[in-house]
Amino acid sequence: MENRNASGSVVNQFLSDYGMLAVLLVLGALFATLTIKEQHPTGASAGRQVAQMIAQRQGENTQVLIVARDTREDRAFARAAAKELQALGIRVLAVVNGVPNDVRAAIEKITAGRQQIDAIVANDVTAKWSVYDRFPSVGSDKCVKPRPYIWPDFLKMSNLLGVANQTAIYAIIAIGMTMVIVSAGIDLSVGSLVALASVVSALCIRDWGGGADAGITMVVLGCAAGIAVCAAAGTFNGLMITVFGIPPFIVSLSMMMIASGLAFRLSDGRSISELPPSFLWLGGSQTLGVPNPVWLMLVLYSVAHIVMSRMVFGRYVYAIGGNKEAARLSGVPVKRMLMAVYTICGALAGLGGIVLSSQLAAGDPKFGLMYELEVIAAVVVGGASLMGGRGKVFGTLIGAFIIAVIKNGMNLTNVDPFNQRIVLGAVLLAAVLLDMLRRRR
Amino acid sequence: MARSALTGKPPLLEMHGIDKSYPGVRALDGVSLSVQHGEVVALLGENGAGKSTLIKMLGGAHQPDRGNIRVAGEEVNIDSPAAARLAGIGVIFQEFNLVPELAPWENIFLGRETGFGFVRRETERWRAAQLFQQTGVDVPMDVPCGQLSVAQQQIVEIVKALSQNARLIVMDEPSAALTTQEVACLFDIIRDLKRRNIGVIYISHRMDEIFQISDRVAVLRDGQLVGTAPTGELDRKRLIEMMVGRNIEEEFPETTRQLGPARLVVRGLKHAKFPVGLDFEVRRGEVLGVTGLIGAGRTELARLIFGADHLVGGSVTLDGTPLDIRSPRDAILAGICLLTEDRKQQGLIMGASICENFGLPNLSELSYGGFVRGRQERVACDSYAKRLNIKMSHSQQLVGNLSGGNQQKVVLAKWLQRNAEVVIFDEPTRGVDVGSKYEIYALINELAKQGKAIIMISSELPEILGMSDRILVMHEGRITGTIQDTAAATQEQIMEFAAQ
Repeated sequence: MENRNASGSVVNQFLSDYGMLAVLLVLGALFATLTIKEQHPTGASAGRQVAQMIAQRQGENTQVLIVARDTREDRAFARAAAKELQALGIRVLAVVNGVPNDVRAAIEKITAGRQQIDAIVANDVTAKWSVYDRFPSVGSDKCVKPRPYIWPDFLKMSNLLGVANQTAIYAIIAIGMTMVIVSAGIDLSVGSLVALASVVSALCIRDWGGGADAGITMVVLGCAAGIAVCAAAGTFNGLMITVFGIPPFIVSLSMMMIASGLAFRLSDGRSISELPPSFLWLGGSQTLGVPNPVWLMLVLYSVAHIVMSRMVFGRYVYAIGGNKEAARLSGVPVKRMLMAVYTICGALAGLGGIVLSSQLAAGDPKFGLMYELEVIAAVVVGGASLMGGRGKVFGTLIGAFIIAVIKNGMNLTNVDPFNQRIVLGAVLLAAVLLDMLRRRR
Repeated sequence: MARSALTGKPPLLEMHGIDKSYPGVRALDGVSLSVQHGEVVALLGENGAGKSTLIKMLGGAHQPDRGNIRVAGEEVNIDSPAAARLAGIGVIFQEFNLVPELAPWENIFLGRETGFGFVRRETERWRAAQLFQQTGVDVPMDVPCGQLSVAQQQIVEIVKALSQNARLIVMDEPSAALTTQEVACLFDIIRDLKRRNIGVIYISHRMDEIFQISDRVAVLRDGQLVGTAPTGELDRKRLIEMMVGRNIEEEFPETTRQLGPARLVVRGLKHAKFPVGLDFEVRRGEVLGVTGLIGAGRTELARLIFGADHLVGGSVTLDGTPLDIRSPRDAILAGICLLTEDRKQQGLIMGASICENFGLPNLSELSYGGFVRGRQERVACDSYAKRLNIKMSHSQQLVGNLSGGNQQKVVLAKWLQRNAEVVIFDEPTRGVDVGSKYEIYALINELAKQGKAIIMISSELPEILGMSDRILVMHEGRITGTIQDTAAATQEQIMEFAAQ
């Protein structure tokens, strides 16, 4: 009996902490059904598939022309097809990566050499070109293209990774915001700190590191400087809140203006783009097929989850948010803890700024506009209470993804951008309402 | 029971067969209760017996699952505070419903202004003044309610109920924060209400008061009505037995104390509110009782030693070592702990679990390298829960869902785990039922036996007399009396020092 009660409460606890996960899954399923479409395979695997099809249909002694556009994916397609065909003993007459005119030239050259084209390897785009029908000996019916299949646009790997990549920055900043909101505070300055970090690090790299020729050490130092400045801004916020007792809303509102002003002042209001390729690694590259910002996000969330749920630090933050006076009288170093929380929030906003600069290859004082609201929305949708004491780190991650999935889904289903904002506002309200109703019961 | 024998009128209030369940708890089980016109019914029961649920129904905050409520013979459906007001029921909760920034007359008419969007200052003020005059108490009319004393605020609440033509007034532990004189004043008001044929339901844990003021007693236990009887037919012992359902021989556990040398020595302790510095010491194994009227500076004294308030001057030494305490954290590390009088605001985090509350001051011992040792914490928490007889379903339960007595035991558990050398109790039994009170007293005795130095602050004079080895009486920030021989001391003697 005791046991069943306890395990029942574990399930309830999980539901109340991560009930939003169900909402996220429902949204995913909704957009998956709404975006079901005929898909055409691309890339290397599609190339190999077409090669196999030709080998089966035509047998050996076949002569083939490969036609693809001049894009990364298409080149991979053409390369893989050529390699596979050769391995199967089929002769590749020519590989075209270009526009219809290039195809005409290639065919003219082949026919001039009295060669016969038995089949054309094409993909869904190049097969539609009309250039083949100009040559009576060729004709578009000789095109062989990869077999189409049915799959939702939303669930394509490239789309999902794109969503994750765009969410990563908001989600990283939202970690700090979760800690602040759990401690019964608020930090409105994170959006401006994103801009400040991007400008400070880009400036350091341009003016002291040698701009586009900067070495890796200077890049790292520049980024560290950007993050450090934002952490210091966070510490300043914490100082004003704990020592002088100014409400967090006012302190961070002031910091929002100050940091934004500083970013514009330091950069003279211009974008700074003299940055070396190594700076772009963090935001623009992938590791094991997953964008680096997504890795960074996952690592930070795992660490933050452990800190907030298993460590004394997290306990103290929840205690302060639940009842500041009771926490103080229980020996919690309230001031020190709040300073730490705002410092972490500032530092993570700075890190978000670095990732954004790296993605967009520039430092710009206009970055991060309105990010604070998006981030607060993610934390609230994730189940944290603005009254403090309640909220989970992974809840916030789910909240950030709910917002990102709705945005992405509306783009894929061609919802008007003006309507998108209305929907997002309504979703935020609905999420909080749902949470309230569930708790009241 | 249906009709009053004397008047033939139907009773003022009749509750019949009231059931109420919350998820997992049967709060009330077929409770029937009646109140006659001009009768004072004392409602008694341990914490969690269902008193709060019953009066919340009268106030319109909860609705019964089954059963009906009649007021003066007419069945009423109290589904909102407005409906309660309409039925002529005024409920005065322990936490007052007053806006601290508004004056008494503004509070009294709040939400019932009649001036079409304008406040009719003069009319309202005049009507409020009349009501105050009727009760015969003087309350400053133009001071914000937040600056009034607890007793004055309570009178404002009573007048507010009267202004709404209440025929029945329910008071939930009205005397909990009052001094002896203020309680006497409250009783005068209640007697006056009786004369005006207004019925009163009076909830209190203090036996003396019940015998003084009530006509009839109704006792609740575990959601059921154990019985009702005219107060004159009962004695103290019988009443306690009805409440706890077993015999309790003594209110205070028997013990002999071995006093050692002075452990905590306080010299010239100065607070911004104190006119002079305070000097006193607590000996090994001694319970030092500190009492006085509200505002005498007892709580400030405790908060100063604990580092919760700013120390203006003075020194504190523990076992000969001078302490430099600047925050509660310093005090806790030095071996001093304070059990605050106000559990909700200062003692516990209501939205956190029992276990988390228990662990909070003990995380330095219950963690390793910054990581909380969850298992060790749970085991320690469970063992204290067993030892203190905390009624809970499991230690992950929210503290806010426990009854007052059990919450106080969680506070005790978290500080016992600290094993501090100096333990300061500020009103340790406020809002705690009789059974739990005894357990808390036994625990204080055990701590004294272990050689700790104990300071116990209390307004309840029987408790001070029954538990202390020595009594300090305070008045307006001074120690006005020290009573060494507590066995021979009387309540009158203490009051003399306290009122000066």
